[in-house]
Amino acid sequence: MYLKSLSLYNFKNFEEANIALAPGIVCFTGLNGEGKTNLLDAIHYLSFCKSFLVSSDVLNIRFNESYFAVQGTFIAHDKEDVIYCAVKYGERKVFKKNQKEYSKLADHIGNYPLVIISPLDSNLITDGSDERRRFLDSIISQYNREYLEKLIQYNKVLAQRNALLKQFAENGNFNYSVLEIWDVQLGPLGDYIFNERKDFLEKFIPVFYRYFDIISNKKEEVKIHYISQLNQELKMEDLLSSAINKDRSAQYTSVGIHKDDLDFLIKNFALKKHASQGQQKSFLIALKLAQFEFLKQKKGEAPLLLLDDIFDKLDDTRIARLIDLVSKENFGQVFITDTQKERIEHILHTAHSEALIYSISGGKILKE
Amino acid sequence: MNLPSKLVEAAVEQFASLPGIGKRTALRLVLHLLKQSKENVNAFSTTFIEMRNNIKYCKSCYNISDNDICEICSDHKRDHSIICVVEDVRDVMAIENTMQYRGVYHVLGGIISPMNGIGPNELNIESLITKAASGKVNEMIFALSATMEGDTTNFYIFKRIKDYNIKTSVIARGVAVGDDLEYTDEITLGRSILNRVPYENSFVR
Repeated sequence: MYLKSLSLYNFKNFEEANIALAPGIVCFTGLNGEGKTNLLDAIHYLSFCKSFLVSSDVLNIRFNESYFAVQGTFIAHDKEDVIYCAVKYGERKVFKKNQKEYSKLADHIGNYPLVIISPLDSNLITDGSDERRRFLDSIISQYNREYLEKLIQYNKVLAQRNALLKQFAENGNFNYSVLEIWDVQLGPLGDYIFNERKDFLEKFIPVFYRYFDIISNKKEEVKIHYISQLNQELKMEDLLSSAINKDRSAQYTSVGIHKDDLDFLIKNFALKKHASQGQQKSFLIALKLAQFEFLKQKKGEAPLLLLDDIFDKLDDTRIARLIDLVSKENFGQVFITDTQKERIEHILHTAHSEALIYSISGGKILKE
Repeated sequence: MNLPSKLVEAAVEQFASLPGIGKRTALRLVLHLLKQSKENVNAFSTTFIEMRNNIKYCKSCYNISDNDICEICSDHKRDHSIICVVEDVRDVMAIENTMQYRGVYHVLGGIISPMNGIGPNELNIESLITKAASGKVNEMIFALSATMEGDTTNFYIFKRIKDYNIKTSVIARGVAVGDDLEYTDEITLGRSILNRVPYENSFVR
C-alpha cells in the first residue's frame, strides 16, 4: 500500500498544493515554519480522520478561509482509492472514499494503517502512566475489537464504581452488596485485559529490543517491564476485595488494570532520569518501529511510516542506521522531514537509497 | 424576543419549558390558543390540571393508573405468577403493544447508576423483593435496557431473589427482525451467535 498523490486546499499554510508521490522514501525539506510537518499531518488525516497536532479540526483551516480539504489517492491491493476529507466552519466533517461518504468514521480508521514518529512521542516517557497505557491499548485495539469493547466496558463500570464510593463517603454509609455488583463485573473484564496486555507485550518487547539494538548498535542495554497489580495468581476480584478499606477512604478504585504501567529502563535505571535525550529518542523510535512491525504482521501489509524531525537529537551514526533500516524494502512508503536538504541527500546517498525529495517554501512544494 | 404582552410572554415561557419546544414554536402554540374560544382553552388547560392532580401510581406495579391498582394488575385473566421487570412506564406500553405478554409488570422507575445518583434505594426494588418472598411468583423476566447499567440492575435483583427459587430470564438480544446481517453491529451479532436458539423455537407462533 502506498500514497500515490496528495492534494491540499487551504490546509494550514498551504493555499493549494498537488504532489505526486511514489513508493519508497519521500523527503520534505525546508526551513522552520514552511509546512513540512503540515504535509505529514495531511497524510495523517487521510488515515485517522484527524490531526496528530491539534485537537480541533477547524484549527487546520488556512487563516481567513472558510474550509479546508485534503485528498489523497492510495494504491492498495492493486486498486486506486481516493480518500477525501473536508472541514468547514460550523459544519460536520465530510469524509469520503471514492466519492462515497462514510456513515461513521470508525469504518475508515485502520484501513490505511499509518505509524508516525514525531517529537510529541516524548510524552510516552515524560508523562504519566495513562500515556503508556493509551499506547498499549491503541495497538492492541487495532487488531482485537473484543479488547477495545472490554476496555470501554471496564472504564464505564469503573466510573460507576468510583461514583458509588464517593456517594458512600458523602452520605456516610456503606453497603457492600451494592458495591459488589460492580466488582463482579470488573473482575472478569480486568482479568481479560491483563492477560491480553501480557500476551501482547511478550511478543512486542522482543521486537522492540531488536530495533533498539539496530539503532544503538547494541551499545546500550534497555528493558521494558509490564507493571501490573494483577498477576497469574492474583485475580482482579480478589484484588478489589482486599483493597476495599483503602478504596472507601480514597473514594475511588485504587487497584486494577487502570493502574498498569510500563517501566522503561536503561542499564536498569529509569529512562526518564538516566538517559540522554538522544538515548530517549532512540528508545521511542524503536518503540514506534516495533508498533509498525506489529501492525504490518496483523494487517498483512506495511503501514505508511511518517518520520517527523527525527534528525533532531540523534547522532549521525544512529541516523544512518535508521535510514538504512527504513530504506530496506520491508518498510514500504516512508515520509521524512528535514530542515537541511544537503544532510538528507548525503545520508540517503550513503545508504544507497533512492528517494523522492521535495523542498517546501512559502506554501509551495517544489520537486528537486 | 420582544412581546407586546406580559401575559403572552408568560404563556410562551411555559410552553418553551416543555421538552423539544423552542421559543418560536411556543409562540406559535400560544397564538393558536389565542384564536380559540375561551371554553376550548379552559377545557384544554383543566385537562392537564386534572391529569396531574388525579393520576395515581399502581400500588402493586408502579405503572400509571386512574385507580389504586392499575388495569393490568386487577385483570384476573392475566398470569400474576409472571412478573416482567421494566425501567419505566413507556416500557410497559411498548411491551403491551406487542400483544405477546400475558403476565404482570413491575416498574422500577429507573436503573442503577451511581453517576446519576441512582442507587437501589431510589428504585422500586424492595417491593419487588417482597413480591418474590411471598411465594406467589414463579418467573421474573428482566426487560431492562441492554446497557451496562441495565445488566447491573438485573444482576442486583437476581442476587437479592436467588434464594426464593424463582425462575429468572432476560429478554433476548440479537438481530432485529427485518435487518440485514451485514449491517448488524459486531457485538450484537457476536452475542446472537453465542446465544443462538434451537431452530424449532424460532418459528413464529
